[in-house]
Amino acid sequence: MRFLSKALVITWKDALSEMRTKEVLSSVVVFALLVIVIFNFAFGASQEKMLLVAPGILWVTFTFAGMLSINRAFIPEKEQGCLEGLMVCPISREAIYIGKMLGSLLFMLIVEAIALPIFTFLFNLPVLSLQLVVVTVLATLGFVAVGTLFSALAVNTKAREMVLPILFLPIVVPLIISAVKASELALSRESWATLASWLGIMGAFDVIFLVVSFLVFAFVIEE
Amino acid sequence: MTADNGKVSPVWAIDIQGLTKSFGNSLALRGIDFQVGQGESVVIFGPNGAGKTTLIKLLASIMNPTSGKILINGRSLKDNAEEVRRQIGVVTHQTFLYSHLTGRENLEFYSRLYDVPRRRERIDEVAALVGMKSRLHDRVGTLSRGMQQRLSIARCLLHRPSIILLDEPETGLDQQATAMLWQALWSAGESPTIVLTTHSLERGLALCERLLILAWGRIAYQGSTRALGLDDLRRTYQHCVGIEP
Repeated sequence: MRFLSKALVITWKDALSEMRTKEVLSSVVVFALLVIVIFNFAFGASQEKMLLVAPGILWVTFTFAGMLSINRAFIPEKEQGCLEGLMVCPISREAIYIGKMLGSLLFMLIVEAIALPIFTFLFNLPVLSLQLVVVTVLATLGFVAVGTLFSALAVNTKAREMVLPILFLPIVVPLIISAVKASELALSRESWATLASWLGIMGAFDVIFLVVSFLVFAFVIEE
Repeated sequence: MTADNGKVSPVWAIDIQGLTKSFGNSLALRGIDFQVGQGESVVIFGPNGAGKTTLIKLLASIMNPTSGKILINGRSLKDNAEEVRRQIGVVTHQTFLYSHLTGRENLEFYSRLYDVPRRRERIDEVAALVGMKSRLHDRVGTLSRGMQQRLSIARCLLHRPSIILLDEPETGLDQQATAMLWQALWSAGESPTIVLTTHSLERGLALCERLLILAWGRIAYQGSTRALGLDDLRRTYQHCVGIEP
């Protein structure tokens, strides 16, 4: 409980900072909406075509919007010299990881909650379904679990904005492919049983990378 | 440290044994050994690159040593990091404060991480101590560098640390702000153990009981500040380091 309460204090601080600056949310929401609108114009209004390309468009939007968000997870800490401030506190490095990860998860879910209804409206597709919500949450969790770790790794490099996508995107490819496939099935109103294998892959990815990131974060942040 | 009926009783506030730190092929610290007594104040002098900041970062457990041991109040920093960090306060030229949050929000954040009891009262107390109580509701980014540094001292004192590490805390401050900073720190009144790094020989000599000169990752000189005048110290420094202070 103590561990989680310390992690939540860090999440609270990130949320409060973001409420003041709106640096991440404003840029990420604008980016996400821009991508959706551009694709909407590019592919026209054919329902058949839309159903085919919509899952890809959705996850291109979330992936690149998520990259922007993840990139900012540790940069403000580093720029203001506060990462060392966190490291001298009597909390475990893992609590820092969970706190920062929950912050990124919160920001991404907010962006997705804004983008999905607009996607529904522009593409005229049944995006707001329980199946798609489950797919989105599972994929986002895995995305931020890996992203937070790599963000901490990249923040100590000179070309941090370049380094993060190069390191991070190859790792999350299986997750994104699963999310696209599962979204395609959800949009076609397939049964839960049909989605199960893709949900299983995403669930396994989440568990594995949450555990691995949790365990290696201290090494990444200290050296 | 002494052993007594199997119990280890702390003698030294800080006990450093054979400490080395390397970054790739470059050795920043080359086998440092020194001890600091309870309530003692020690100043570390040395040119840029001597290893002062690395030493403070190792003591604050921001980074891990390559080899050697650090004991804080008799407990290994490596094995009891979280517990030991609770006894340490750190002030550097970076304030560890979030510029978009107010002073009170910053202190609230750190007091939660340190489990400070009666948070609100303690925040008011330390803010008053550094003369910042009336500016607690201002965002840190709107405060002057001197005010930010005073808030940083308040942050450091929040959890009543028994050891305070100061790494060139006066960097970027004018003379008046520097004087105010030291006054705030030394008026905390809880006689903590202090390790200070600074380039100001005069200030270090005036504020601390013992001094160390670090050069090329080694202790080149250590002794009492009482035995030295400023001119003696300048000569000793030049002799150890090879350049004028």
